[in-house]
Amino acid sequence: MRNYTKKFLVMLLVSLMATALCACAGGKAGSADADSLITIGIPQDLDDSLDPHIAEGAGTREVLFNVFEGLVKPNSNGDLIPAVASDYSINEDGTVYTFTLREGVKFHNGKTVTVQDVKASLDKCAGTESGEPLVAAFSAVKEVNTPDDKTIEVVLNEPDTDFLPNMTAAILPADHLDASVELIGTGPYKYVSRSPQENIVLESFDDYWGEKAKIKNVVLKIVADADTIVMNLEGGSIDLMARLSTTQASQLSDKFDIYEGTMNLVQAVYLNNAVEPFNDPKVRQALCYAVDIQQIMDFVSDGKGTETGSSMFPAFGKYYMKELNDIYNTDTAKAKQLLAEAGYPDGFTFTISVPSNYQQHVDTAQVIKEQLKEIGVTANINLIEWDSWLNDVYIGRNFEATVIGVDASTLTASAMLGRFVSDSGKNFINYNNPEYDAAYAVAFTSTDDDVRTQKYKECERILAEDAANVYIQDLPNLVALNNKFGGYEFYPLYVMDFSKLYLK
Amino acid sequence: MRYVFKKILSSIITLFIVSLLVFVAFALIPGDPALSRLGTNATESALASLRHQMGLDKPLMVRYFIWLGSALRGDFGTSYSYSMSVTSMIADKLPITVTLMIYSLLLMIVISVPLGVYASYKEGTLIDRIIQIINQIVMAIPPFFSGILITLFFGMILRIFTPGGFVSISKNAVGFFGFMFFPSLAIALPKSAMVLNLLYSSLNGEKKKDYVRTAYSRGNRSKTVFFGHMLKNASIPTITFLGMALADIIAGSIIIEQVFGIPGLGRILLTSIQNRDYPVVIAIIMLVAVVVIICNLAVDIIYRIVDPRVEENT
Amino acid sequence: MKKQKKMNFNIILGCILLAITLIPALIGLVWTPYDPQKMDSSLKLAGSGIRHIFGCDNFGRDIFSRIMSGSGITVMIAVGTVALGSILGTVIGAFTGYFGGLIDEALMRINDVALAFPSLLLALVMVSLLGTGKYQVMLALGIAFIPSYARIVRSEYIRIKNLDFVKAARLAGAGDLRIMFVHILPNTKTVLLSSVMIGFNNAILAEAGLSFLGIGVQPPDASLGRMLSEAQSYMFVNPGYVLFTGATIVMIILGFSLISKEIG
Repeated sequence: MRNYTKKFLVMLLVSLMATALCACAGGKAGSADADSLITIGIPQDLDDSLDPHIAEGAGTREVLFNVFEGLVKPNSNGDLIPAVASDYSINEDGTVYTFTLREGVKFHNGKTVTVQDVKASLDKCAGTESGEPLVAAFSAVKEVNTPDDKTIEVVLNEPDTDFLPNMTAAILPADHLDASVELIGTGPYKYVSRSPQENIVLESFDDYWGEKAKIKNVVLKIVADADTIVMNLEGGSIDLMARLSTTQASQLSDKFDIYEGTMNLVQAVYLNNAVEPFNDPKVRQALCYAVDIQQIMDFVSDGKGTETGSSMFPAFGKYYMKELNDIYNTDTAKAKQLLAEAGYPDGFTFTISVPSNYQQHVDTAQVIKEQLKEIGVTANINLIEWDSWLNDVYIGRNFEATVIGVDASTLTASAMLGRFVSDSGKNFINYNNPEYDAAYAVAFTSTDDDVRTQKYKECERILAEDAANVYIQDLPNLVALNNKFGGYEFYPLYVMDFSKLYLK
Repeated sequence: MRYVFKKILSSIITLFIVSLLVFVAFALIPGDPALSRLGTNATESALASLRHQMGLDKPLMVRYFIWLGSALRGDFGTSYSYSMSVTSMIADKLPITVTLMIYSLLLMIVISVPLGVYASYKEGTLIDRIIQIINQIVMAIPPFFSGILITLFFGMILRIFTPGGFVSISKNAVGFFGFMFFPSLAIALPKSAMVLNLLYSSLNGEKKKDYVRTAYSRGNRSKTVFFGHMLKNASIPTITFLGMALADIIAGSIIIEQVFGIPGLGRILLTSIQNRDYPVVIAIIMLVAVVVIICNLAVDIIYRIVDPRVEENT
Repeated sequence: MKKQKKMNFNIILGCILLAITLIPALIGLVWTPYDPQKMDSSLKLAGSGIRHIFGCDNFGRDIFSRIMSGSGITVMIAVGTVALGSILGTVIGAFTGYFGGLIDEALMRINDVALAFPSLLLALVMVSLLGTGKYQVMLALGIAFIPSYARIVRSEYIRIKNLDFVKAARLAGAGDLRIMFVHILPNTKTVLLSSVMIGFNNAILAEAGLSFLGIGVQPPDASLGRMLSEAQSYMFVNPGYVLFTGATIVMIILGFSLISKEIG
């Protein structure tokens, strides 16, 4: 009996201590109820980095899009419009880009943007100090000059008429270049606070230079468990959620408007080309033949996806090649034959690592596992958190295969194709093909638009024929928005523009 | 006094062992925190300087003592994923989880005691049997399933609360406590069934004791006997069980936070484990360990004061 | 007499519940009516019917088959966990209880702390060290279960080691190991058995909990916890999915607790 009483005392003390701790920690002053508020669900916390120059996660960038701006920024048609710059010109051979600073653009801390801020931000991307470019595309930048306090000149090493999209790189205050903790940008929304795994709070920026945001408060609520999305929406705890699966969307009541677009990414089984057996193109091709894309779409998106045969999605118009979709039509016999030729007549076993917060990718992986059984290949699925995906798969390259969607950070072909150059830092699949490197180099440096387009297309064809990855689709993007609100706009990029949303 | 001193010393040693074990275990897991921060684009020199800055270039034992030194001052380092102080992250989330625990403990008592007493009072009747059967079933429901059932029933059918609609206490205290009722209920339900069961059987055990028999044989079937004596005696093992249920409540709250989308300590622990944000994981584990060990220590000492004859408990 | 009758009733009910759940689970390890992983897009979220009595999930997989194989995996993990925890726990408890001394003191200190932790939390830490997957879960839970068995066995050894029959054996020249495992171990049988019963229930709960959190069994493998977490997303389209899966867990646990209540 004494022992029991003792345990009771332990319990009592624990709860007392806990209450005390609770009392110490609690009592944070909350913000007053504001005029308008929208709560937007996001599938992961922004835990890679809040620095717009470093952030790799598409989900992070789509939020930062509202906080930071570059000299230019994309609009919903995919055209680049002047932002922090009011105007720009490119000299004839495409080596000097000259920008005029827009007057009176303010940072969120109230300071006016100066050319020094612009230069410091661009120098940071180009890695002028360390000698290592922070943003790969900025290796082309020779120098950034500020002839007067209104003009910024970006001088390139080689002529490049297609460099402008890179100037969407965020402009930060010169004395706040490390944006990983404190976010100060020029966008329509300013960062207010965050609570890990709970939310990120943004507030409209009153001194925004352009059309101001219509909704005062934006709360980004982390809904890491895809299973609870429908409950969150129906229960009213979030008003907007993008990238729903068709099953999720079909469960919603008419309280929600469903917007249908595309996600603007290439979903594929990305294969680590450096590990056995995926270093053998025959094995990779066999997988391509074994996979039935129509069936995947039927399960994952009720057949609504758009097939992609290479690393390019349809929003790119000029570069997207529909014909590549037909290189591998499902052919189990052919797949088995290729496997046998490669020395795997009885198949093999490998692991697909999938980030668990993306229902579509998880579902796709499960369908593919079933399809690969047909050719005797066993795929094990390993569900991991988004952050471990980023660390192990993307950065660490320690994986065999993964199902993910790769998007473009800017609307340039190089944003999609540059990563497969053998020495690219973003080449997480370790693709290594001298032929590809050569074609890409010509395309990247060419000033002739026709040559450039043709060479980029050649790159796409190489990726498809060499079966660098098992390409699947550009997923449909179903966005559920509470019908109290309107104004959702799709971009040809993986971004969400909060400033256009309004209360009906 | 010597006893107290000895107990404190041994608790400190225990905590020391735990912290060492936890720290070393997590330090030995493969992976380079510096690399995952900078990415593969990083140059070797940048990596080396970050490793140096994070102190990762020092020998394991040196790192441990540096960590221990700052941990003793309440600084558990910086989260890898959030670049913010681990201490403030935990301080931010702790109230949520603690509320959940205390709330469910209270609910357990409120649900189980009246029902248990009533069933025992009516022993042998139909209503007693019905309570027993329902109780047995409820006891077998794991907390996450009771969570789902509560969401389904109260959230989606009756629409009394918004599933996933957690609001923080600073924003809306009423909403916060209103919402927390349901996850707490999910944790409390299966446990209440166990408490009810225990209370019921110890009450029935009391009935067979001489003082009750004597009272009954004298025709004194009054409520005074029942409530004044039997309940008092029977409540001791029940209260003890509530104490032992604490570990289960902590475990239950980790799962229930997931079911109801509550961003508490459990949620942070879970994502930090999966994201390998070890400073956070270690800090949370140590927090639990410290609380448990200090309470053990305090209980030992109080016992010594209350009853000096207490023998060394093996 | 009345008491006797009630006891039988509990045991019979427990056995019936376990028969309903565990027999299909055991069969499910080798045979199911449909391939539990076979997808069929025409059966997506189909409701209950004659061919698929519990309906189908979001991939058109037969839920009944998945529950069969899922409970098979869950039970298998529970058996493995209890075996690992009780065997290692017994060995550790035997040595520390029999020899005592400094190692005993140190191990019991750690044990105290480990016991104070919720076992789910311990298992979480173990999983973060070992990785996910069904064997990792078995190992993680097994390790997390060691302390409780070690403690029980240790105190039994302390109690028994000074009894006369052990002293006699020692005088007869038996070695320490022989005394520990031939003479003392059989005497801990009753205590061990009842804690194995309780441990089995805890293991099922812990596995379901881990898999529910998404860090246990990986898809497309089914385990009851994993399925429950998947079923949660389709709660409104096919509530049967959640309810049947949950009910299976409840029945297994209820069955065991009914039986162990009477035996223990």
